[in-house]
Amino acid sequence: MLRFLIRRIGTMLLTALCLTFIVFFLTNLAPNLEKIAKSEAGARISDEEVTSWLEKNGYAQPVLLRYGEWLGVWPGWTRDEGGSVTGRCIPIGSDPTLAPTFCGVLQGDWGQSTVFKRPVIESVWRGLALTGKLMFWVMVVMVPGALIVGVLAGMREGSRLDRSLSTASIISTATPEYVSGVVFIAVFTSSAVGLRWFNGSATSAMDDATFNNFTLPVMTVALYGMGYIARMTRASMTEVMTAQYIRTARLKGVAFPNIVLKHALRNALIAPFTVIMLQFPWLLNGVVIVETLFNYKGFGWTLVEAAGNNDIELLLGVSVVSVFVVLITQLISDIGYVYLNPRIRIS
Amino acid sequence: MEQLTWTGSLGAVLNPMLLVVALALAVSAIATIILSFFSAPVTLQANPDGTVTAKGGIAGLAGLALRVSILALLLVLLGYILGGMIMTYGDAGIIGAIAKRLTPVWIALALTFLLSIWFKKHLGLYGKLFESTVGMIGFALVMFWVYSGIFGGPLGMIATHDPLTALSGLKNKLPGVPVPGAPENGLFPHYLLGGDNLARDVFSRVIAGAWIVIQIAPLATLFAFMVGITLGLPAGYYGGKVDTILSFLANLILAFPVILLFYLLVTPEIVDTGIPSYMALVLFVFPLVFGFVLINSRYRTQPAKRSALVLGIVGFLGWLYIALISQSGTIFDFLPTWLDPITLPSGILVVFVSVVFVNSPTSFRIVRGLAMELRTRDYVAAAQTRGETAWYVMLWEILPNARGPLIVDFCLRIGYTTILLGTLGFFGLGLPLESPDWGSTINAGRQLLSIYPHPALPPAFALLTLVLGLNLLADGLREESLKD
Repeated sequence: MLRFLIRRIGTMLLTALCLTFIVFFLTNLAPNLEKIAKSEAGARISDEEVTSWLEKNGYAQPVLLRYGEWLGVWPGWTRDEGGSVTGRCIPIGSDPTLAPTFCGVLQGDWGQSTVFKRPVIESVWRGLALTGKLMFWVMVVMVPGALIVGVLAGMREGSRLDRSLSTASIISTATPEYVSGVVFIAVFTSSAVGLRWFNGSATSAMDDATFNNFTLPVMTVALYGMGYIARMTRASMTEVMTAQYIRTARLKGVAFPNIVLKHALRNALIAPFTVIMLQFPWLLNGVVIVETLFNYKGFGWTLVEAAGNNDIELLLGVSVVSVFVVLITQLISDIGYVYLNPRIRIS
Repeated sequence: MEQLTWTGSLGAVLNPMLLVVALALAVSAIATIILSFFSAPVTLQANPDGTVTAKGGIAGLAGLALRVSILALLLVLLGYILGGMIMTYGDAGIIGAIAKRLTPVWIALALTFLLSIWFKKHLGLYGKLFESTVGMIGFALVMFWVYSGIFGGPLGMIATHDPLTALSGLKNKLPGVPVPGAPENGLFPHYLLGGDNLARDVFSRVIAGAWIVIQIAPLATLFAFMVGITLGLPAGYYGGKVDTILSFLANLILAFPVILLFYLLVTPEIVDTGIPSYMALVLFVFPLVFGFVLINSRYRTQPAKRSALVLGIVGFLGWLYIALISQSGTIFDFLPTWLDPITLPSGILVVFVSVVFVNSPTSFRIVRGLAMELRTRDYVAAAQTRGETAWYVMLWEILPNARGPLIVDFCLRIGYTTILLGTLGFFGLGLPLESPDWGSTINAGRQLLSIYPHPALPPAFALLTLVLGLNLLADGLREESLKD
């Protein structure tokens, strides 16, 4: 088990390293840097001025070196210009001798966001906290709902209940967030339909989430994932229900509800656990769409703002966090699967 | 011309009927579900005189009511369509007018179904599809949009207005609004589904969007499958180092949140650097490799035939490949126009490449899993003993036997690609701003959603029904292929 864990974590770190480098490379391509130079030093500067600005601010070094600096494993650049020393790790106006040699993500220095004019780490945490709130409610709605639907559909395969619930799950998997969100807003908030039950914008939910302003975003994210988890649960439930030990229990005369709840349920929930954990990357997608649609300024919204405004440091920070969220959930799902399923023994 | 109502004079007859039938359907559906918990299942009891009697009264009755009301609902809907097609324009309201515009689609759909059901015994898996209700519904939804796209796009038979032209005075107007001065200018007299926030016809945009999706989604999925098959087969068949490296790469891409990837790949800055063109260079070579290996491994022992076939296939595919990657406005623009049959509108190549890129690792994993499972089969061992090459075994022994799950997944994946295209449009990435694809139209319509929901809803429902159709089709195919 320990060796498996070490190998798994090793692969994860390697993956994270590769992915962050890819993001770093793609966000630091020449046109992006030129854009940032123009937005920082003025839009009408000449090409020579762009080059000199880039050189002055440490952007002209080889990309691998800069990646090392950003990561915090390579000393940050310094530049001595007639006595005034500037550098990556030296905040403007501070004493260069006091500055640390390394300043990167590993040291907790995530840089400065150009859009929000504050440290990246603040924006990322703020976004994460808000998105965490959204995700919590999504999970509260989605997981029990999906499991109940899946178990009910799977306990009697081919019954009418199974047919109707399966159709409902297929419809929900076929409805991406931007479709269900738009339909929800049109039906429940518009003056054209006239129901006006909920709030079409979740901006007020950032401070004070109420039933009124948080229902639609939560339902929109939950709906898309729900169908998928329900279908997986159904598949695993139908498989368990045909197992020998269930037949034995039935032949012994155990009541049907008891068979489902006491004998089948536990084994049927192993597969959905993995699926729920692997849903996180998809949920991240949904979160970006829903936060944009409902104007909820969480993590996904931060991603869109950073990417849309060429805010390199913020985009890097957001990418690192999202990549790690995905990788850690994958790890948890792997370990949990082994833990839940005693038939799998890792040597 | 006056404003059209939704159902016109047809509504006086059919609307009450629809209401009654829908109510009956809802009641009987709920009743069957609730009764399925409590009552005994329907069983057949053999009588001494040789007949059988169905037992289980009330649940069976509710089931019958459900079936009858579904049938009645379908008949009423058919009434709307036929009524709209037969009655003169305007009498049957918006729905009738739309049904009339879609006449070629209805005819094509009816022909497809009649022919397919007639010859279903000779059509293999496709014919079997017509034995499953779910599969037929899915197929009908998919083919509806396919025909709408084809008849509406290149043939131009359905769209009522130009999807990009704004007509003054029709901004955000409700469905059925008359176009001012239409008969004099030779324009269609109404905006059937209203005007959007730039005063363009919503109905025509939805139809034009169907053509975009129908072109891109299946083709992008096919390319992704080519990548998946060409890399997944050796990974699953050989295992070992090849598998480790390829799986690591696939997991790398899979760990990327899709939207982040889109935001990184589909920006004007990245397009300037030519990265999408390089990716196209790599990704689009896989069909070529696949075609070459497929033919080569089959006719390896007949050099003359092999050479001719390989030359033909590789020549043709290679020409298409070069034509595809050589696009004006990108860094590869070398093919003279008289040799270049493929010119993509700006932005489409980038969108196409990124969608293929996102889909490839998933199809790789599926193919790899299937190859791992099938390589232990007896027919594989037999082929190995015969001395066939590894590629022959993979492409001519394993791949044909993996076709069932692959076809099912292909359908699902087209649906997923459609969703991805919508996502790109929704965030305004890649495709031109005024592009009529569904995602962009939803994006444009969402700003004023709570006041004017009508521009955003039709593309949303269009996307929903197409993806739903593909999912149902996949479900039907899976069910039927499992029956073998």
